[in-house]
Amino acid sequence: MVKAVKTPAAQIVTGNRLRDGAVIYLAVDRAWSTDIDSAEVARDPAAAERLMAIANQAAVDRVVVAPYLIEVAAEGDRIQPLGTRERIRASGPSIAGPHRLSA
Amino acid sequence: MPLLKDGQVVADPWRVVADGEPLPPAVPLLVPFARWQTERDALIRRNAPIGVRLPNTLDLAQVAPDLPLFELIALEFPKFVDGRAFSQARLLRERYGYRNELRAVGNVLRDQLQFMHRCGFDAFEIASPNAVEWCQAAMAEIDVFYQPAADGARTVFERRTA
Amino acid sequence: MYRYDSYDQKILDQRVEQFRDQVRRRIAGELTEEEFRPLRLRNGLYLQLHAYMLRIAVPYGTLSADQMRGLAHVARRYDKGFGHFTTRTNMQFHWIKLEDVPDALADLAKVQLHGIQTSGNSVRNITADHWAGIAPDEIEDPRIWCEIVRQWTTLHPEFSWLPRKFKIAIGGSPHDRAALRIHDLAFQMRRNDAGEAGFEVMVGGGLGRTPILAKTIREFLPKRHLFSYIEAVLRVYNQLGRRDNMWKARIKILVHELGTEKFRELVEAEWEQIKGGALEVPESEVARIAAQFTPPPYDADAPTFTPEFDALRLNDVGFARWLKTNVAGHKQPGHAIVTVSLKPEGGTPGDITAEQMDAVAELAERYSFGEIRLTHTQNVVLPHVRRADLPALWRALSPLGLAVPNIGLATDIIACPGLDYCSLANARSIPIAQQITRRFNDLARVHDIGELKIKISGCINACGHHHVGHIGILGVDKNGEEFYQITLGGSEDENARLGTILGAALPAGKVVDAVETIVETFLALRRDGERFLDTYRRIGIAPFKERIYATA
Repeated sequence: MVKAVKTPAAQIVTGNRLRDGAVIYLAVDRAWSTDIDSAEVARDPAAAERLMAIANQAAVDRVVVAPYLIEVAAEGDRIQPLGTRERIRASGPSIAGPHRLSA
Repeated sequence: MPLLKDGQVVADPWRVVADGEPLPPAVPLLVPFARWQTERDALIRRNAPIGVRLPNTLDLAQVAPDLPLFELIALEFPKFVDGRAFSQARLLRERYGYRNELRAVGNVLRDQLQFMHRCGFDAFEIASPNAVEWCQAAMAEIDVFYQPAADGARTVFERRTA
Repeated sequence: MYRYDSYDQKILDQRVEQFRDQVRRRIAGELTEEEFRPLRLRNGLYLQLHAYMLRIAVPYGTLSADQMRGLAHVARRYDKGFGHFTTRTNMQFHWIKLEDVPDALADLAKVQLHGIQTSGNSVRNITADHWAGIAPDEIEDPRIWCEIVRQWTTLHPEFSWLPRKFKIAIGGSPHDRAALRIHDLAFQMRRNDAGEAGFEVMVGGGLGRTPILAKTIREFLPKRHLFSYIEAVLRVYNQLGRRDNMWKARIKILVHELGTEKFRELVEAEWEQIKGGALEVPESEVARIAAQFTPPPYDADAPTFTPEFDALRLNDVGFARWLKTNVAGHKQPGHAIVTVSLKPEGGTPGDITAEQMDAVAELAERYSFGEIRLTHTQNVVLPHVRRADLPALWRALSPLGLAVPNIGLATDIIACPGLDYCSLANARSIPIAQQITRRFNDLARVHDIGELKIKISGCINACGHHHVGHIGILGVDKNGEEFYQITLGGSEDENARLGTILGAALPAGKVVDAVETIVETFLALRRDGERFLDTYRRIGIAPFKERIYATA
């Protein structure tokens, strides 16, 4: 039986910056940002494929390591990752103290 | 495939035959172990140098009696993280006394060259224009060794008690 | 403790430069990530959720004050001013930049610290127990053997590309404080009938997806055969360990699939071929290294009690509690072993700030001959303190938050970094630890409960050792939500046991209540003098199960 694949509503590309390991998101014009709200959103598989092609080239160009697609809720100009893991990547460790990401 | 041997890139004098292709006469021939097992006599009758490529899962006891017949043994690194051939190499050199060419084939990472050399490899299949430079750099990066290996290099323990 | 000679230092310095070049080649594009990854792992460098993480080995958990200061320097200069001690007595820096790592490693090399083989499919940090050299019940200091094995397994040309990681531990006492039975290969010192010291050899322990306790394959191995025996084990593993499936690649799977007896035969057959000769541990080396592990110049007249000590113990509940849990007896009369608790209320287990590191270094110099130990339970130890100095030390530790009297108690929690940091994790572990320490912040209550080892892992890799906790907590992902499975009755000493699953996993919000219910159940049913583990072994899991799942 062939299982129908559900197309995610909205996706963005993320990875870690090669030089310092920071969490980065693929924004418009092939730029990378640490701010998730500036990520470029793909709303269909073709757009997602296009973003990944850009990301994979950026990996070859030594900007980013191991980029991948993640599902998000994108309403207005706020982007919220779905899932605990990506939420933690976006906002830093959930615990208080010197562990918080610098602003 | 260019070959790195004795710190130089050299042309490889050994021929490799495809499966099913008849054994050519007179040339040094590198055959897969399976072919050695099925055509042993034919290979010996050629009266020309014999090389075997051993799978890295092979128990060397199976091939030990035939070692004097080989002028080349190639050991495989199917992925560079698969380190089984390091043990095979040391056993061939140190337990079975094999003295001829021991070649590393497959996925050979520049950063493994020194370990391979210490385990007894003296030839490396490396598809890169920088192979010579790599080899020189790799061999020079660390020159102090704690443990004995096939290369006979003096260990730190020996130096301390000298 | 061991000081590098020029050879040890040269290997380290060359290794730093080798890695510097590998980083350069990666950034320049001469190495792909796929090629670079195993190389950086062999220097302890991971890429995690938010940043790179650098793992620095603390060989057999022994540190000098200078080394602790060296770690503080890296924390300050290259990280966010803190570090994290792990369950393998290593230090982790969670916010390192790739481009800074060569300099950080060069700085650490100056104090004889490194990240060599703290990751990757190689032989990892050799661990001992944190009371090595000072425990009254010790046969011999295992660190001598840890150091000698450390050297011999460093950059071993044959065994640097094993099927999977390989963890060795060595214990010097009949009482196992090093969790030997959860290691790939462990050596427990024993005396044979002739009174000679040697090793019982155990192999194939490990936690993770398939938790297994190690099996004994040799009752007695003379010390001089240590290298050759390890080489035999590693060679069998290197050749026969599975490489088709990362989750089945540890030596415990090989031992299990071959059967212990067959595995033992293979090792012994290989060993027959190589024992003696070049692999015999050189006597001169043993003597040279042993000489660096001699006891410090203890004050032979150190008193067991002083008037100040007595007065404080009688009048100050805090000091009395701290004595009870954080101070242990020492081989040398008039001295004590002090555990510095890194488990404050609401804190992250095992975390330590740069300021605290510097303070501990200074206190070690003043009170402990400059020596520090790390425990696999993520605490720090000052191993040689005069009892007469205990009041002053306690007063110095308290304002630093390092004197919480909770060692071995419910709030001395072991937790991996979990989903807050680790890319392998399914759930967070630190917040659970924090909640438990807040719920159990009444010291009188915690002291009344007594010995209770709670261990938390954020995923099945079990870096928090939850399988061997009295209460083990395992974070799992259920449909994108964090759930936690509780196990009871594990233990990690010479009577090691794996914990039993209590029931269905609980949502994050119910975990602390469940832990409290477990504790209350224990308190209601315990008999005089029983620890949690004793009661559990007597009454079984049913009473706990009833109470948790009746109210859940």
